[in-house]
Amino acid sequence: MQSIETEPRKGLIEIENVTIRFAGDSGDGMQLTGMQFTNTSAILGNDISTLPDFPAEIRAPAGSLPGVSGFQINFSSRDIRTPGDGPNVLVAMNPAALKVNLGDLEKSGILIVNSDAFSDLNLKKAGYEKNPLEDGSLSAYRLISIPLTDLNLNALKDLGLSKKEADRCKNFFALGMMYWLYDRPLEPTLNWIESKFQKNPTILEANVRALRAGYNYADTTELFTTHYRVRKASLAPGKYRNITGNEATALGFIAASQVAKRPLFYASYPITPASDILHELSRHKNFGIKTFQAEDEIAAMTAAIGASFAGHLGLTGTSGPGVALKSEAIGLAVMTELPVVIANIQRGGPSTGLPTKTEQADLLQAMFGRNGECPVPVLAPATPADCFAMAFEAFRIAVTFMTPVFYLSDGYLGNGSEPWKLPRVEDLPNIDIQFRTDPEGFHPYLRDEATLARPWAVPGTPGLEHRIGGLEKQHITGNVSYNPDNHEFMVRLRAEKVARIANFIPEVKVFGKPEGKVLVVGWGGSYGAITSAVEAMQERGKSVSSVHLRHLNPFPKNLGEVLSGFETILVPELNLGQLLWLLRARYLVDALGFNKIKGHPFKISELVSKLEELV
Amino acid sequence: MKENGKQIGHTAGVVDLKRQDFVTDQEVRWCPGCGDYSILAQTQKTLPELKIPRENFVFVSGIGCSSRFPYYVNSYGFHGIHGRAPAIATGVKAARPELSVWVITGDGDALSIGGNHFMHAIRRNLDINIVLFNNRIYGLTKGQYSPTSEFGKKTKSTPQGSIDYPINPLCVALANEATFVGRSIDVDVKHLNTVLTQAAHHKGISFVEVFQNCNIFNDGAFKHFTEREHREDRTINLEHGKPLIFGKDRNKGIRLNGLRLEVVELGNGITESDLLVHDAHSPDPSLAYMLARMDYPEFPVPIGVFHAIGKPTYDELMEAQVQDSISRMGPGKLEKLLASGDTWVVE
Repeated sequence: MQSIETEPRKGLIEIENVTIRFAGDSGDGMQLTGMQFTNTSAILGNDISTLPDFPAEIRAPAGSLPGVSGFQINFSSRDIRTPGDGPNVLVAMNPAALKVNLGDLEKSGILIVNSDAFSDLNLKKAGYEKNPLEDGSLSAYRLISIPLTDLNLNALKDLGLSKKEADRCKNFFALGMMYWLYDRPLEPTLNWIESKFQKNPTILEANVRALRAGYNYADTTELFTTHYRVRKASLAPGKYRNITGNEATALGFIAASQVAKRPLFYASYPITPASDILHELSRHKNFGIKTFQAEDEIAAMTAAIGASFAGHLGLTGTSGPGVALKSEAIGLAVMTELPVVIANIQRGGPSTGLPTKTEQADLLQAMFGRNGECPVPVLAPATPADCFAMAFEAFRIAVTFMTPVFYLSDGYLGNGSEPWKLPRVEDLPNIDIQFRTDPEGFHPYLRDEATLARPWAVPGTPGLEHRIGGLEKQHITGNVSYNPDNHEFMVRLRAEKVARIANFIPEVKVFGKPEGKVLVVGWGGSYGAITSAVEAMQERGKSVSSVHLRHLNPFPKNLGEVLSGFETILVPELNLGQLLWLLRARYLVDALGFNKIKGHPFKISELVSKLEELV
Repeated sequence: MKENGKQIGHTAGVVDLKRQDFVTDQEVRWCPGCGDYSILAQTQKTLPELKIPRENFVFVSGIGCSSRFPYYVNSYGFHGIHGRAPAIATGVKAARPELSVWVITGDGDALSIGGNHFMHAIRRNLDINIVLFNNRIYGLTKGQYSPTSEFGKKTKSTPQGSIDYPINPLCVALANEATFVGRSIDVDVKHLNTVLTQAAHHKGISFVEVFQNCNIFNDGAFKHFTEREHREDRTINLEHGKPLIFGKDRNKGIRLNGLRLEVVELGNGITESDLLVHDAHSPDPSLAYMLARMDYPEFPVPIGVFHAIGKPTYDELMEAQVQDSISRMGPGKLEKLLASGDTWVVE
């Protein structure tokens, strides 16, 4: 935290940038608290970036280490791209939350703890032999120890709530304190409480009181001597909202459906971290959207294919384990050349892996995880807000080329959020769908000269009755064919069709000088950390540039040329080097990997250290 | 379906089609003598009677001998992957409720690899027709036992006899609350046509099991009750509202004795009025389930319509939710949606 200027009043200090982490039991409401702080900060005009981090268990045993849930928010008066490497402020609701998160807190950072939760039992559950609040082990931090449980219960005592009900409001007491500490208004959260609990006036009142009590407590107590102000960021002019990657993904698909004037059919089986897309889309049926919660992943994929055959925009969403189950059916979509989008919100693997943690290890699965020569275009959004544009792009490519398309988001993008400058509807790219209706000269596997797409001829169209399926097709007629020459021709044709997409996507733009010593090549959710690290290096006068790939199959046309302008290519990925493998194979470059597989996104500092090593 | 104001699929006007209109130019490649030929012929005969435009039919299949069926029906067709036809059909029908959607499947396709989709398509009461060709063998993979093969069956993969107890497809359908359950026999073409026609007219899921002879790998699997000389004595045709009578001499019947069915001979004080009267429209499928479990030699093998009841269909309920959302919230406006939630303006 850099201090810029001090105002008189109870020490209001202006700072540029703060990272706060709220941590507690998974039932403590830390995600909600974090989201409220995020929304308020966004409305206040800060740039923001968030990182929710929660366990796969819905309610792990109370007070245990695996049950700790955290929400990190970075808010700033300047342009930021990541949720921050580590928190400047940690709010720990119990000993387990302290134990799990303390290592990330910066030295001399603010540490706010609920001292009431530091009972012998809770200390034991967290593996503390002695109470860290009393043994001096936290002296490196600005420890603010508050009997939060008691304060909160006192504030609500005459409302007639049970102790348990009242205690559930303590996260809002903590939120109120943080609002005072960072000089935020209460109104956005008060409004939220009012609409959320309008049917339950007592709970409404309890939450309002808890929030206000926390705020007033921080204002009056001697524990806090100063508070901080983070001014508005100078974002580009426009209308903004805060959005998570999964919300943006859902909106991107809806937008594609609206622009293409075809109804969206979303078939999905619930899976972390993709389920929010199903929840979001099911709320917007007034856009003609049909959502189908299928009996399994395979049914979701094949139903999406069936809907596409019938002329809808077929869509399925899942995570890596679900993609594994869908593989055969994705091959069917390749063979029948039907437009479907497969959204994979990646998580830690293999197998069930780390359901709630992020990873980028499904790229090669998307590229190659099917039987036979089975090319599928692959796209990946770079930021939570970029999910909108890339989800839209996925359908543009799918229907233009009559092909399934992989959309690779990840848990970090899906759950993370940032301010999104709303696009103007009239500025969205066009998606023009022309069903074949003319029986004259019709064959199901005729080809468009430029795109190699086959015609989309939907049931209900007189004179175009035809049969398709997973068996090899004869060129043009679409009849079943076992002819050896035809098979090789069709395999090459399907590959060529996907390769030609490169003619219809933008070239990559280099961030920094187009030639130099080091080029960092990234994809997906690591955009923020990579760009910030590269920018830091550039500010130090180092010859480092970067490109970020949003189209991974095919690659943008100029990528090979860009790579050749640099001495060293560094490919940071949250896997063991999957894009690295593709780049080395495709361009014969001796690129280096920088790999992290911890279920967490890159920190800027990690990348900066690596780059320092290279230049 | 409206497409830019233009109607796709002419639902108005008289539809006058013949069996020949549903025949494709593709050479039919089932083994000579296969029971599939008869089912194809009866289906092609049934379709014109439905007075639905040809372009509004969609035939979906999985994998197996029976699943080649769509190539031979001149309509829209989708030869899918193994076991998944009901799920593909769900996508087609849920997206476009106005289409007449048929799933053609086999005992392995529907009950083994595709058991899950079969079960869920039925319990959702999707308005499609599922025709299961049951030959009690894997034909396309050349002769392994199937989930409907009898216990102890010796095949290439079970030289010492299979140790799997067979599935009864009708019981699976009824247990999943199927709203139409029927059964017929490939060689009884008239009966097959009647059952297919009733299935096609039923709104909601229609499940029809057809005993189909595989003359290469399981020849004669059903002949002990399907051969003409025994058929009337060893099968019983279920007809709604009629007592359960069977036999060449129409002298045998089915009686409900406590919670069990039994075969009785008429005469000696037993009259028609003692027999069970078939009620296909009973909302409770319990009796249908008991009938479905009847098997030769203890009982005649029942064929016909076991169960046929009305219930809202999945596709119409889904469409109704869309329409309800539109009337409640108004047609979706993209601009408004993008700007929903808390927004702020940066000057």
